[in-house]
Amino acid sequence: MSDSILKTIFGRLTLESFPIHEPILLVTFAGVMLGGLAVVGALTYFRLWGYLWKEWFTTVDHKRIGIMYIILALIMFLRGFADAVMMRLQQALAFGGSEGYLNAHHFDQVFTAHGVIMIFFVAMPFVTGLMNLVVPLQIGARDVSFPFLNNFSFWMTAFGAALVMVSLFVGEFARTGWLAMAPLSGLDYSPDVGVDYYIWALQVAGVGTLLSGVNLIATIVKMRAPGMTMMKMPVFVWTSLATNVLIVAAFPVLTAVLALLSLDRYAGTNFFTNTLGGNPMMYVNMIWIWGHPEVYILILPAFGIFSEVTSTFSSKRLFGYTSMVYATLVITILSYLVWLHHFFTMGSGASVNSFFGITTMIISIPTGAKIFNWLFTMYKGRVRFELPMMWTVAFMLTFVIGGMTGVILAVPPADFVLHNSLFLVAHFHNVIIGGVLFGLFAGVNYWWPKALGFRLDPFWGKVSFWCWVVGFWVAFAPVYILGLMGVTRRLRVFEDPSLQIWFIIAGFGAALIAVGILAMLIQFGVSILRRDQLRDLTGDPWGGRTLEWATSSPPPAYNFAFTPIVHDLDAWYDMKNRQAARPTGGYRDIHMPKNTGAGIIIAAFSAVCAFGLIWYMWWLAALGLIGVIAATIIHSFNYDRDFYIPAEEVTATEEAYGRQLAAAGAA
Amino acid sequence: MAEATIPPGAEAPMFYELDEHHHDAGSSTMLGFWMYLMSDCLIFAMLFACYGVYSGSLAGGPGPQELFDLKLVAVNTAMLLLSSITYGFAMIAAGEQNKGATLGWLAATGLFGLAFLGIELYEFSHLIHEGAGPWRSAFLSGFFTLVGTHGLHVTFGIIWLVVLMVQVSRGGLIAANQRRLQCLSLFWHFLDVVWIGVFTFVYLLGVLR
Amino acid sequence: MVLNPSGDVARQQGDLILWSTGLMLLIIVPVMVLTVLFAWRYRASNKDAEYKPDWDHSIMLELVIWSAPLLIIIALGALTWTSTHLLDPYRPLGRLSPTQAVKASERPLEVEVVSLDWKWLFIYPEQGVATVNELVVPVGRQVRFRLTSSSVMNAFYVPAMAGMIYTMPGMETKLHAVLNRPGQFPGISSNYSGAGYSHMRFTTHSVDDAGFARWVSEARAAKTPLDAATYLKLEKPSEKVPVMRFGGVDKGLFDRIVQMCPDPKRPCDTHNMGHGGQPGVNNRHAMPGEPEGALFKGNEEKHGGDHQSKPSGPAEGTQNPGSEANRNMTQLLRPRVPGASAADRA
Repeated sequence: MSDSILKTIFGRLTLESFPIHEPILLVTFAGVMLGGLAVVGALTYFRLWGYLWKEWFTTVDHKRIGIMYIILALIMFLRGFADAVMMRLQQALAFGGSEGYLNAHHFDQVFTAHGVIMIFFVAMPFVTGLMNLVVPLQIGARDVSFPFLNNFSFWMTAFGAALVMVSLFVGEFARTGWLAMAPLSGLDYSPDVGVDYYIWALQVAGVGTLLSGVNLIATIVKMRAPGMTMMKMPVFVWTSLATNVLIVAAFPVLTAVLALLSLDRYAGTNFFTNTLGGNPMMYVNMIWIWGHPEVYILILPAFGIFSEVTSTFSSKRLFGYTSMVYATLVITILSYLVWLHHFFTMGSGASVNSFFGITTMIISIPTGAKIFNWLFTMYKGRVRFELPMMWTVAFMLTFVIGGMTGVILAVPPADFVLHNSLFLVAHFHNVIIGGVLFGLFAGVNYWWPKALGFRLDPFWGKVSFWCWVVGFWVAFAPVYILGLMGVTRRLRVFEDPSLQIWFIIAGFGAALIAVGILAMLIQFGVSILRRDQLRDLTGDPWGGRTLEWATSSPPPAYNFAFTPIVHDLDAWYDMKNRQAARPTGGYRDIHMPKNTGAGIIIAAFSAVCAFGLIWYMWWLAALGLIGVIAATIIHSFNYDRDFYIPAEEVTATEEAYGRQLAAAGAA
Repeated sequence: MAEATIPPGAEAPMFYELDEHHHDAGSSTMLGFWMYLMSDCLIFAMLFACYGVYSGSLAGGPGPQELFDLKLVAVNTAMLLLSSITYGFAMIAAGEQNKGATLGWLAATGLFGLAFLGIELYEFSHLIHEGAGPWRSAFLSGFFTLVGTHGLHVTFGIIWLVVLMVQVSRGGLIAANQRRLQCLSLFWHFLDVVWIGVFTFVYLLGVLR
Repeated sequence: MVLNPSGDVARQQGDLILWSTGLMLLIIVPVMVLTVLFAWRYRASNKDAEYKPDWDHSIMLELVIWSAPLLIIIALGALTWTSTHLLDPYRPLGRLSPTQAVKASERPLEVEVVSLDWKWLFIYPEQGVATVNELVVPVGRQVRFRLTSSSVMNAFYVPAMAGMIYTMPGMETKLHAVLNRPGQFPGISSNYSGAGYSHMRFTTHSVDDAGFARWVSEARAAKTPLDAATYLKLEKPSEKVPVMRFGGVDKGLFDRIVQMCPDPKRPCDTHNMGHGGQPGVNNRHAMPGEPEGALFKGNEEKHGGDHQSKPSGPAEGTQNPGSEANRNMTQLLRPRVPGASAADRA
């Protein structure tokens, strides 16, 4: 076959695109393939494909979608962490003329992939997953507003993640840093597939994120249980609302800026090029207009989790609920007024710089108020140090340092010496690990029994906790110090040998974190094996205060046989307090949405389209696009989207739960 | 605090809704669709901002005065405005459960939409033919992207319109289809509003400046 | 380094870090102490501690928790406003050191900085010399840097001297600084710019006036002048470039680099004006050989999907700086450089 036909079919995909001469990648690939084959084999052997397809892949149940999001996040977390370890190792080795073990081509991909994966495919799905799982339960709803969209959003995120993973073995990933700053990311300086993988993975996943944002806002606004006024919503619901408002108001900006970048790369336009009037600084501005709210998209739900956890485990009402809500709203609004603090060093005027510096500092006021509120929630409480509470206290002690370094970076002249330095790197890891990740871990430990019906093993949880917290400080305190020594980020090799010791210490910290991750995986495994001892029969293992604890663990598909009526902020606590009787009869048919495979199919076509665009296989891209449109149209002809859970089934489920409760009460 | 909200007149507060009302399946659809439109609006806002920033970046290429033919654009604007009016009639007919009239007005809307697209494509090909394609300068990149994105929206609107016409003719003006008609109505009028922005900001100001 | 620098500007910036840290510790330390204290005092096993499960509000406390951070931020905001204006890199220095004001008669030394892929070019327009990866400044004299970039963004950063500032293609930034101690100080690019970024280092020599004069005359003795042709060769990507000196510089070369038309065969399009009569950024004609969008690529142009691997054999490093093998470690596919002719890239 002639070369031209091959190029038409395969675009720029050639045999050279496969990393068959890369030992690291080959071993990884073999590992992934073996693992994948084992999983596929096991699924086939136990005939689980049908079950998975019917009960999980096509599900519209918000709880299962939430769990799938979290599983996706955990898998991608392992990948992102592997990247982190590779960087730590390279930077600990590459001194005194040594090139380390990664060439620039690899190292640059590794730090780009680490950032992209950790933000877009770990933190985002993790946060979205927890919101999906918990928000409808907390507001006493049976599902989200748009159950099908929920499924579709998940699969778009998952296929976006899959594209990033494919880049590991087919072609390469971007070598531009996680924000793909122009003009470096333009066709002039990055002619390879890496940036295209970046663009299309984020665009595909971005659709999912945006739609899930719309979905959760509509759910929170429209589907709250009777009596739950806005000022009686649990704080986690409030922060979720704020986060999803931020998503809907920020992600279109990312979509637009990436679309413009792709037009530059595909259609030859001149938005961010160095010629014909293009202005790369527009890219920097636009991406940070999305980028800064993104940070709050991640941290606000974590704040919500800490609020729930602190109140529950202090056995006490949350201190300063109203100021907590207003603090959340102030942060939401201010997050749009600070983006320029990411590039004070661009040469803007002093007044512009100080304006953005001061608005940034103002954000620390509501954040500080939140910390105080948690503090005074513990005050005169009965603090039970279960794992979620341990993560919360660790967060409070860690996060204040991260907040402080953040304010230092907000002072423009100080930023001139700290910008792009390892101090900055340490700062954002301090707030993202110490804030977002600790919050998510608190949330996982807190809501695991609700999601799966059994608690997590506390011993391995504590091992993991201490490795993580200590490991974090051992890993990042040296990075702060290096930043203060004037060492900047993304460097592959170093000259000054006196720096090496700090990088080695940081490497040990990373190893400690690795132990923490391992302990966490063991914790999950052990808990699943010992699930009968750890079983949560009551549905309320922690003495909870909000509505998710008012139903069984795991909740039935319909969540609540009867919609609860809310009289108080701590609705479930109030119900327990006043001995609200669980209705034991009069069940009715419950109206629920039907499962559908349309979400996964449309998302798969989107990924096919993206893959075609990345590799210049225009026919494949067109095929994918036509597939997306056709599948959407066909789905729109399906009007039969609901079914009823018959009253008998509800009765059986609820009576079983009643017996379980009675047994737990007697024991 | 805890005892603050017992409804007045109630002996013991109710904690469960025993007599459940049937929730309308699509009660949140309009809200959700509205939010989607607002996010779309933000995309247009970014494109408008880009166009504004790049409006002086001609790179020695032709500027708005040399390129834009206001007469053609006026005809085009009229097409889109007329399509909005016919869509309005379609909604009135749908409200009266008049299937035939609804379909007729929808068809008229689609035809006006197609006319709009045709004129826009003619304008684009004319510009490219004159050497003023989107790759000529950042100004033209911004112009083509802004106007083209709007055109792409109109294209998808027309596809949606056709699908909906088939669905209405097969299933009639049932509640689900009414809801879809309303969503498309929002979408169509939204595009109209955006176009008025484009017409004013891009064409009129471009030629007058 | 950042907290104990050798330049007055960096010293003030370092002091600012300490001051703002101190201000914030006023609130951070009590919070951390209280966290530990409350966590310990109100632990569930401590039945002696007071327990008020429904206590959730206190106007006084709320006032304190909002106003305490507010007060600190007001103080910090004032500090920010004044220091940002005082230490604006575009503003000529007011003092050379805490005890020494700038004399009105003393003009700053002009240095023009260009970040190239992946090295630094320093042009001394008054002295008529230029260097690569070597910055020499007289100790105790204000230096006025004008900076730009040839291709992608970088940031010019000498931690011991002053804060960093971006260098951007088609744009010019400014930085005023002074070094108060003689010595050698490392300088780097602090904004990731591609494969050779890690080696984009230079040494800053702070020397006395006599030493500076000596160095200038040495540099002038270098045979090659930096003319447009030499520059066009120089701007092509290369790594680990040793120090180079040029005994003469074309007049106006830096301005032409800023306008991205260093090639004298092509005119600079300065007639295009953007907003408010300012030249628009990058507002110039197409470079020959600028890549088309992917959609217009013929089949024979579809490449760039190879998975590049580390080649065997050692790089020659500083021993043979011009060698292609130096790029082995990092870059296999040459990035396209605007300004280079299409034939150069084949």
